[in-house]
Amino acid sequence: MSITLQGFRRTSSRRHESQRTTIEETRTDKIFLLGVKIMLWIALIVVAVPLIYIVANSFSSPSAVSAGRVLLWPIEPSLKAYKEAFSDPLIMKGYLNSFIYAIGGTLISVTLTIAIAYPLSRRTFFGRNVIMSVLIFTMLFSGGLIPTYLVVQDLGLLNTRWAMVIPSAIGVWQVIIARTFFRSTIPEELYEAATIDGASDLRFLWSIVLPLSKPVIAVIALMYAIFQWNSYFDALIYLKDPGLYPLQIVLRNVLILNTLTGSTTTTSLAQQLEQQQLANVLKYALIVISSLPVLIIYPFVARHFTKGVMVGAVKG
Amino acid sequence: MSATFEVKPAPAAPAPPAAATARKPPRTSRRTQARRSLRRHWQLYLLVVVPLAYFVIFKYVPIANAVIAFKNYSPIKGPWGSDWVGFRNFELFFQNPVFWTLVKNTFLLSVYTVLASFPIPIILAIALNEIRNGRFKKIVQLVTYAPYFISTVVVVSMTILVLSPRLGFVNDAIGLFGVPSVDFLGRPDYFRHIYVWSDVWQTTGYSAVIYLAALSGIDPALHESARIDGASRLQRIRHVDLPGIMPTAVIILVLGVGNIMSIGFEKAFLLQNPLNTAQSEIIATYVYKTGLLNADFSMATAIGLFNSVINLFLLLGVNFAAKRITGNGLWS
Repeated sequence: MSITLQGFRRTSSRRHESQRTTIEETRTDKIFLLGVKIMLWIALIVVAVPLIYIVANSFSSPSAVSAGRVLLWPIEPSLKAYKEAFSDPLIMKGYLNSFIYAIGGTLISVTLTIAIAYPLSRRTFFGRNVIMSVLIFTMLFSGGLIPTYLVVQDLGLLNTRWAMVIPSAIGVWQVIIARTFFRSTIPEELYEAATIDGASDLRFLWSIVLPLSKPVIAVIALMYAIFQWNSYFDALIYLKDPGLYPLQIVLRNVLILNTLTGSTTTTSLAQQLEQQQLANVLKYALIVISSLPVLIIYPFVARHFTKGVMVGAVKG
Repeated sequence: MSATFEVKPAPAAPAPPAAATARKPPRTSRRTQARRSLRRHWQLYLLVVVPLAYFVIFKYVPIANAVIAFKNYSPIKGPWGSDWVGFRNFELFFQNPVFWTLVKNTFLLSVYTVLASFPIPIILAIALNEIRNGRFKKIVQLVTYAPYFISTVVVVSMTILVLSPRLGFVNDAIGLFGVPSVDFLGRPDYFRHIYVWSDVWQTTGYSAVIYLAALSGIDPALHESARIDGASRLQRIRHVDLPGIMPTAVIILVLGVGNIMSIGFEKAFLLQNPLNTAQSEIIATYVYKTGLLNADFSMATAIGLFNSVINLFLLLGVNFAAKRITGNGLWS
């Protein structure tokens, strides 16, 4: 550690005028920084390579994929897999179902979350601590898989679209995020002023709180939508009818259980080989197709997402 | 529980005895407050009815339904009408040779996950925090954060494809060193490594965000004075950054350790195949198979309940210990 006066040299040039104008980096620090950068590069590569590998494979020809020749760039570029995927009725049906569940589920979830988070944020709401404890307890302890299944069964939701959106409608985490936002951004004085002007609680919520809370509503809506899009467990246990399956279940059947959707009645060996090769590349294409909606919106919402998570993390 | 029923909108609630209000003259009693709040803000109470009903029906009724763990559940008689069997289901489960395997698999998988996924995000966050170059920092953050948004099904599929003996590049890579290709998913002893490291791959970027926020909350004056005192970057990380993110780290560790027995069903189930069940069968997957595939509802509920109770005590215990040692807990 060179704690010398050298380290305290004033920098005269304008290149360093950003943050650190007074102290220059010592040599050890420069080496350390280099190490940090190398580490970050490794992290970047480790995360990015599998993603690029999948995309590159999905755009390659079936024979190249089956021979394992593709690494980070498409070989013998072809869109065969995508054509196959988009012409498969089960996959398209799954896509449509997932959209229905994501949009419908998000609408229900956001409405219910605001309906409970807003009263919980108000100081004049008697019993809010009790209700909050009732909610938080559900994060710590649950009846388990079968008892919940029995409730869904008794309500007649099994094998219906409702089973996908109702049993997981409200997340306690999202309630906490929304409540914290309301409480920290909407002052009680605003409410008092609105009351004097004759606004009721609901009117205040509708015309003042909601317009002021667009960012947090967007965040929790995205959280619910992505959660809904990615979930497969509820579908696995509650749905029997393949016509109701969301995309994730279709994906599991094709990708993990290796059940091909297309007809396998072909007899000739060459045709079978071709079919097998197409099945391989189809897997890569399916991964890209199913993750695309989420990954397209993600860079635009990542910042807000982070903020939302932070708001919720503030204790209170 | 009784408190939850107070919130039903009942503008014409019966008047409490007047004596209750008279006892505490300086402060209006809670009852009067409740009544006044109910009358003035009945719309708020109206709003919470449906969400509260959701929590009662889908979270608290299942807890009550868990009574079938102590019964011989019959679909005709229902959870409450079935015959009591006491702790028989639990005894049967404890005597089952699979019991210790399940507990061991669940425990080891979780401990490994916590151990691997606790320090790595901290390292990533601190490394990102050291970098001033805005664009590089943003790209690293954006890319490492992305896998968090990919579904479990897709992550598992990717893992299977990448590790595949015939197609995957991992086997190609080790083939370069003359190592024969390995069927990673067919070997029980590889299961935990695959599970944990694919988890690290998926969640590190996301978890780092929390630490980055904690790091940005550190008073810059601390860093400046440390720098003036001649502290190197490494020394500043050790003496300024690490203490600064300690409270956050403790909370995350408490949550991680406290949830050790409740490790998720989804991924283990997807990564499972007949060849690797020796290590991949955990309590959650066993509950699913017992309950929904073999339709032994009572036994599955008993196993699930056993797991939930252990988990609750673990969480409370770890939280208590953390509060004692560091002064930080989940509920400050």
